[in-house]
Amino acid sequence: MTILYAFCAAAIMGAALYMILSRNLVRILLGLALLSTGVNVMLFVAGDFGSRQPPLIRAGEKALGEAADPLAQALILTAIVIGFALTVVLATIVVTGWRSSGSLDARDLDAAEQPDDPEIREPHAD
Amino acid sequence: MLGAGVAALLRRRAGVAEAVSLVVHGIVLVGAMMLLGRATQDGPLALTVFGGWPAAIGVGFSARLPGAGLVLVSALIAFAGAVFGHAAIGPRRRRAGYDALMLALLAAVNGAFLTTDLFNLYVWFELALLAALGLVTLDRRQAQIGGAIRYAAFGMLGATAILAGIALIYGVTGTLDLVTLARVLGDEGPSVATATAAALLVGGLALKSGLVPFHVWLPSSYAAAPLPAAAVFAGLLTKMGFYALLVVVAGVFGLGATFLTPALRVIAAATMLLCALSALAQTDMRRLIGYHVVAQVGYMAAGLSMATPAGVDAAVFYMVHSMIVQANLFFGLGAIHRATGSWNLRGTGGMIRSNPLFAFLFAVPMLSLAGIPPLSGFWAKLLVVRAAFAGGAAWLAVAALVAALLTIVSVASLWSEACWKSLKGRRVRRVPWSMLAGMAILSGATLAIGLLPERVAIVAKLSAAALARMGS
Repeated sequence: MTILYAFCAAAIMGAALYMILSRNLVRILLGLALLSTGVNVMLFVAGDFGSRQPPLIRAGEKALGEAADPLAQALILTAIVIGFALTVVLATIVVTGWRSSGSLDARDLDAAEQPDDPEIREPHAD
Repeated sequence: MLGAGVAALLRRRAGVAEAVSLVVHGIVLVGAMMLLGRATQDGPLALTVFGGWPAAIGVGFSARLPGAGLVLVSALIAFAGAVFGHAAIGPRRRRAGYDALMLALLAAVNGAFLTTDLFNLYVWFELALLAALGLVTLDRRQAQIGGAIRYAAFGMLGATAILAGIALIYGVTGTLDLVTLARVLGDEGPSVATATAAALLVGGLALKSGLVPFHVWLPSSYAAAPLPAAAVFAGLLTKMGFYALLVVVAGVFGLGATFLTPALRVIAAATMLLCALSALAQTDMRRLIGYHVVAQVGYMAAGLSMATPAGVDAAVFYMVHSMIVQANLFFGLGAIHRATGSWNLRGTGGMIRSNPLFAFLFAVPMLSLAGIPPLSGFWAKLLVVRAAFAGGAAWLAVAALVAALLTIVSVASLWSEACWKSLKGRRVRRVPWSMLAGMAILSGATLAIGLLPERVAIVAKLSAAALARMGS
């Protein structure tokens, strides 16, 4: 079981990394979302298998036996929420960039790399 | 106690008015001072746990030493940033939520400095990333979008690596509490799983703090942010990454875990040299200082990579010095931009004639960055170089000195271009008082550290000791 999950996580992450290496911003976005899914599978594996006592149960109290570790599941839930929020924010930024430049190519981001032309005065901070 | 402070901060996020933000920053500053006093006197652990769970399971905050000291510094920087922002941030940006995002960022940074849990550290990193993204894209200009996408992609990649490392560690040890982890991992040598986890964690955190193979995102995204925000980023965000690196390498894996140090040394040397060189090639002032921000992280990593208490001590001292100086440098750039209307070195000049007080206030962080004796940078560099010699890595010390020389050249040219060169055909405006006041706070702090280094040195020593003790 663990091996199966480990291979699943590896396959998901491999696909995600391949997508992140693309130049298309939407692919990068989807790749990052997929990558966090892969890591969530890893977290799941870390918490689920084996009968190791989770740190939740102190000596003298009644143990849960073979149950899955609830802490790992709490961690995954948190990670899903955070990953979701970040994906949405990144998607918003990509859409804004697409609206202003009409391009989804990462090479067009290099506009930020160009040093300011001293002749063009920027509008002031306020 | 500060947990409550952080929570209050989060609740006040709705308050967009500048006054609220100033008051909150002031409260946090006072709270942080009290916290540091308690942490140094009563011993390290003042544990606050939310949610009624026993310690090590609930969401714990604890004022351990390096963190508590850094909270004070970050509160100082944020306060100065709020004062500076009085002139630099117009009503349009305030309506866009500048204050709320800034407070959220500060809360996230302080949370990371105080948390006792590896997973919480990750959560605070993500929160800081979200707030920072909001600040970078505040004006929705083309360059900002580019910088933000780069920042977001790199930030998410780094965070995912950290999370993967956390998953592996949890799988091996069954706990995420920093102190317990240090105890468990300190006893056994590196196995395949812990070594992989360490590599993932160090890689992700190195990305967050901008160390060399992963530094490309930093200068462009910092240059895109509104200036007071860029100053706070420079002061807090990379240092937050480095603080986590410090805790993970020196605290959790322990200084005995020498399998990490050779890689860290190479990374540190490459960061110092490459970024100091890159800074020389820049003409956009924000990108120039952005590269210096990264180069300074290289010095801290050099201290940490010695894997000796003296090295950790040097890294903590350097962190305090560098947070204040970097933020102040960005404030200075904002003032220059306000006075001359240009971000480009070629378009600036004449500051010393029109704003002599500014020229002096700007010289303090500049000279401190270069490591000129009476200022804080000298002591910080001295500690790092001495630790490197003592740790048997003379080549690293030489690299640090060469990088310092490059820094002096770059800083000297920046200051003389902006202040001494006369600007023909254009009037140089006066710098508003609140910008000067913001800079004065931080310049004063730099001078104070420079003249009384032993106060900070004591805190740094105690921090190194506290980190070394974590596992025992």
